[in-house]
Amino acid sequence: MLAYAIRRFGQSVFVLVLMSFLVFIGVYAIGDPIELLVNPQADEVERVRAAAALGLDRPFLAQYWVFLKGAASGDLGRSFVYNEPALTLILDKLPATIELAFVAMVMAIGLGIPLGLLAGLKPDSFIGRAIMAGSILGFSLPTFWVGLVLIMVFSVQLGWLPSNGRGETMMVAGLPVSFLTADGLAHLAMPAVNLALFKLSLLIRLTRAGTREAVLQDYVKFARAKGLSQGRVIGVHVLKNILIPIVTVIGLELGSVIAFAIVTESIFAWPGSGKLLIDSINQLDRPVIVAYLLVIVTLFIVINFVVDVLYSLLDPRVRLGGAAASH
Amino acid sequence: MLRTLRLALAALAILGLPAAATAKEREVSIGLQAAITSMDPHYHNLSPNNSMMLHVFEPLIKRDDNQKLIPGLATSWKALDDLSWEFKLRKNVRFHDGSPFTVDDVVFTLGRVPNVPNSPSSFATFTKPIVDVKVVDPHTIVFKTAKPHVLLPSDLASVMIVSKLHGEKAVTSDYNSGKAAIGTGPYKFAEYVPNQRVTLRANYGYWGGEEPWDKVTFKTLSNPAARVAALLSGDVQMIETVPTADIGKLSKDAKYALVDKVSNRVIYVHLNQRTDTPPPFVTGKDGKPLQSNPFKDARVRKALSMAINRDAIADRVMEKRAVPAAQLLPDVFFGTSKKLKPAKHDPEGAKKLLAQAGYPNGFAMTVHGTNNRYINDDKIAQAIAQFYTRIGVDTKVETMPANVYFTRATKGEFGYMLLGWGTESGEQGSSLRSLLATYDAAKGMGVTNRARYSNAELDGLIAQAMSTIDDKKREALIQKAAEIAMNDTALIPIHYEVSTWATMKSHRYTPRTDQYTLAMGLKPAK
Amino acid sequence: MAPKVEGPWARFRSEFAESRLAMAGLLVLVAILAIGILAPVISPQNPYDLAQLDVMDSKLAPGEKSAAGGTYWLGTDDQGRDMLSGIFYGLRISLGVGIASTVFALAIGLVFGLVAAYFGGWVDTLIMRIVDIQLSFPAILIALILLAVLGQGVDKIVIALVTVQWAYYARTVRSSALVERQKEYVEAARVLALGQARVVFRHLLPNCLPPLIVVATVQVAHAIALEATLSFLGLGLPITEPSLGLLISNGFQYLLSGKYWISFYPGVALLLTIMAINLVADQLRDILNPRLRK
Repeated sequence: MLAYAIRRFGQSVFVLVLMSFLVFIGVYAIGDPIELLVNPQADEVERVRAAAALGLDRPFLAQYWVFLKGAASGDLGRSFVYNEPALTLILDKLPATIELAFVAMVMAIGLGIPLGLLAGLKPDSFIGRAIMAGSILGFSLPTFWVGLVLIMVFSVQLGWLPSNGRGETMMVAGLPVSFLTADGLAHLAMPAVNLALFKLSLLIRLTRAGTREAVLQDYVKFARAKGLSQGRVIGVHVLKNILIPIVTVIGLELGSVIAFAIVTESIFAWPGSGKLLIDSINQLDRPVIVAYLLVIVTLFIVINFVVDVLYSLLDPRVRLGGAAASH
Repeated sequence: MLRTLRLALAALAILGLPAAATAKEREVSIGLQAAITSMDPHYHNLSPNNSMMLHVFEPLIKRDDNQKLIPGLATSWKALDDLSWEFKLRKNVRFHDGSPFTVDDVVFTLGRVPNVPNSPSSFATFTKPIVDVKVVDPHTIVFKTAKPHVLLPSDLASVMIVSKLHGEKAVTSDYNSGKAAIGTGPYKFAEYVPNQRVTLRANYGYWGGEEPWDKVTFKTLSNPAARVAALLSGDVQMIETVPTADIGKLSKDAKYALVDKVSNRVIYVHLNQRTDTPPPFVTGKDGKPLQSNPFKDARVRKALSMAINRDAIADRVMEKRAVPAAQLLPDVFFGTSKKLKPAKHDPEGAKKLLAQAGYPNGFAMTVHGTNNRYINDDKIAQAIAQFYTRIGVDTKVETMPANVYFTRATKGEFGYMLLGWGTESGEQGSSLRSLLATYDAAKGMGVTNRARYSNAELDGLIAQAMSTIDDKKREALIQKAAEIAMNDTALIPIHYEVSTWATMKSHRYTPRTDQYTLAMGLKPAK
Repeated sequence: MAPKVEGPWARFRSEFAESRLAMAGLLVLVAILAIGILAPVISPQNPYDLAQLDVMDSKLAPGEKSAAGGTYWLGTDDQGRDMLSGIFYGLRISLGVGIASTVFALAIGLVFGLVAAYFGGWVDTLIMRIVDIQLSFPAILIALILLAVLGQGVDKIVIALVTVQWAYYARTVRSSALVERQKEYVEAARVLALGQARVVFRHLLPNCLPPLIVVATVQVAHAIALEATLSFLGLGLPITEPSLGLLISNGFQYLLSGKYWISFYPGVALLLTIMAINLVADQLRDILNPRLRK
């Protein structure tokens, strides 16, 4: 286990370096930040000065080398636009996004698995079909469209919920959270639903598919025959069988929710890191883009690690790190 | 889910009551389009920042709603000779902490401006012409320039005066935290959250009189729909840059008031004339290369201008929030010519001109434009393309985000470029110099002339105007230059953007030509 | 009359027809495909030909007449494009983009996922770390880079979507395959010294398919929606050749202003398409799944 963790850590460093290099190339390919940062009325002297001030006058590889040296000592550079350390900017915004992602994920899991189980156990009933048909709605329409319709209905027409921003926050363990205040919850409700819809549908469908298979398998039939209660059969045997694909998708989706809540955040003006990322991309604020993606990769690595460990716990047949030695 | 929601709402209602009862403060929230990237007035020369800074800091010279220069921290100014300018400073002005404003603060500011570390767009452009400063008395200062610099007052209107006391050791982050953000302006810094909001409080001791708001919150609501929704749901009392799609509905709704004003921003087309061979994305209709660069022929340029139905664009695409353009600035501004009129929509005439120029059957090209930079930029590009198909020019449209577009446009990778230009100085001479003077980076001429248009006569007039201190004579020179350029269709002006603001009926905003959104312009109605 | 012994195709047909919902879905899907294929024939206007559009006809409400005399049954958009024709043509592009990108992404993801799970060791590590990188790269950044480097176009959007999605499949496949690999039948196949490719594709693959099909049918919809989102961010298809997604995102800005038809009707078309695909796919999956055979 420990050896596995260490090996995984070594790989992660490699991933981070490769990732940062790819982002450097990518941003370089998109365009020249000076074009966007310098006031268009400025002359050539000013452009040259700005390029030098931001270190953009050096050759590409030299710029990357400067970044690597800084990164090794924990300095991911300063935002071109905000002149604040990129990491500080991101870490200031990340809790809001994580909270949003977390609430959305809890909604999706809390509703998705029970509904999926229900649809899987009673596939031919009206309710089963209704759940399945309804779940299609969740991913048929683009997020931005659904978001605006939510605002139209709940903020503009009914006036129940605020249309933008995060609302009042409370400090819990040094982090500001908003789901503990009424104002915060009101602000959180719509963006979280908007973000949860797709995951909810996906989870309903995965759970249903897994359940349908599981109930037909011998060990479940056997457990039923033994006279185990319906609750126990579902809770232990069925659920266990369907968890692997579900855990995978949850892992994937949690990561993608955190990383790419961009659209939801911009519609609801949620002050999270997704909005920071898209603004940084629009401005080609390279230090922020690079630092942001490094933070996200790190998050992914951690999530994937946890997911892999979960596999081995959920299903002893899966050995950590694969069965490399056997062939 | 629904129950928790209801519970939350009930709790909200209970909590909300006492809060509302105690809040006798006169508060206002304003939805902005773009993020404020810094509270350091000398860090980033960017319109949204410059607009925000005017609340907390003040320049020596201010601009009114029409960008006319008016006294700010200086009460008067005059040119002593071609190379020196005398400024009289306002007396009895105090910074937010109570310390007095003196000539030392001006001298300190001029020293700080070119030396802000990591500045992505420096204000040194404005202070660079000043080579020497002479303090005459505590309220009189003389600026010396090496060459005649006619734009000095206009340039100084962009430079905020900071306190020497607080600015001496301050860096940008000290301004962002509020520690050094102590100015003389009508509002005091309260809070700055990057990419989210800026909160200001009234400066009750302001020399220009008290403002009607105790607290002003500026929220960044970049998404246009989100901005409108925030107004409709009452989360903010004013928004800037109302999306044209929503103008019709808002203007009919009795709960809201809409104000607008023609701005200093022109939407125009640069036609790539860098080479005698055809520019990129311009070919014969069969896809084969053309013999020469059609854009070098003034008749082709004129035909492309005449083919555009500017009224249709203003009416249909811009929902009447655009004014067809004939030059680089609306003709109320300095240096504009009343003789110039927007090119008349005349597809038949355009076809004839094309035939005369040797393209009786037209040619093929791609219109390149941004899709997130100017108001309805991608829609304008499409409409223009429609007009060209009607004069036999096969036209494709490719739009892209600004971050990709400008790098490529500056490199000359496009043929037909749709662009925009805001004249911050409010006088046409500087725009002619940037956009149409022959490109010469060393001399600072034609720095944004992406088409590489070149006209010796025009260059001469621009240079002459730039060294003529006398306003009357200079204006005549600039007008003549503009007429020469426009009659040669040096570029194709499309329209001037009309900036829009929407407020609740209970509020009233005085619109501005510089597209700035200032709390100082927002008053309670009545 | 038909003999009692049914061929596999007949059995498939009767099993499929068991669900009336699925049959309805199939009907709609066939209709939609027909519309997509026949779009140039049945559309009142060619919405991609700028010469046929007139900005003076823009934003007309459903049923209004054009300056030239025709009627726009579903109204027009901000360029004077007939919405009905726009939807017909848009269906074509959206379906094409959604299906092409899902098929390519699935194929790539499947191969990498299976290979990673089957071989394990450094192969697995390498592939999964690439997957990690890929999954952390935001779609918008990939689309932007491709736009800057390759320019705009349908093929570029498909490349962007495949790049974004393949890793997702790779990870899903790998996790199922890891479980399957340990099962007796794979061991047995190995012991029998069957070729590795044969073990992977003939034995491992079919048993990993069910969860994958779920993800894939959802992802066709997701791909279409993602294309719409990229368009919304200004990174999608050329604006003169709108897909359903682009129509929706163009109309999006008119939602608050009451000109609902510009995004409502394309939205309905998209909804119907995706519902039909999924109803059919749900039934197919249930029939084809070896583990659900009664």
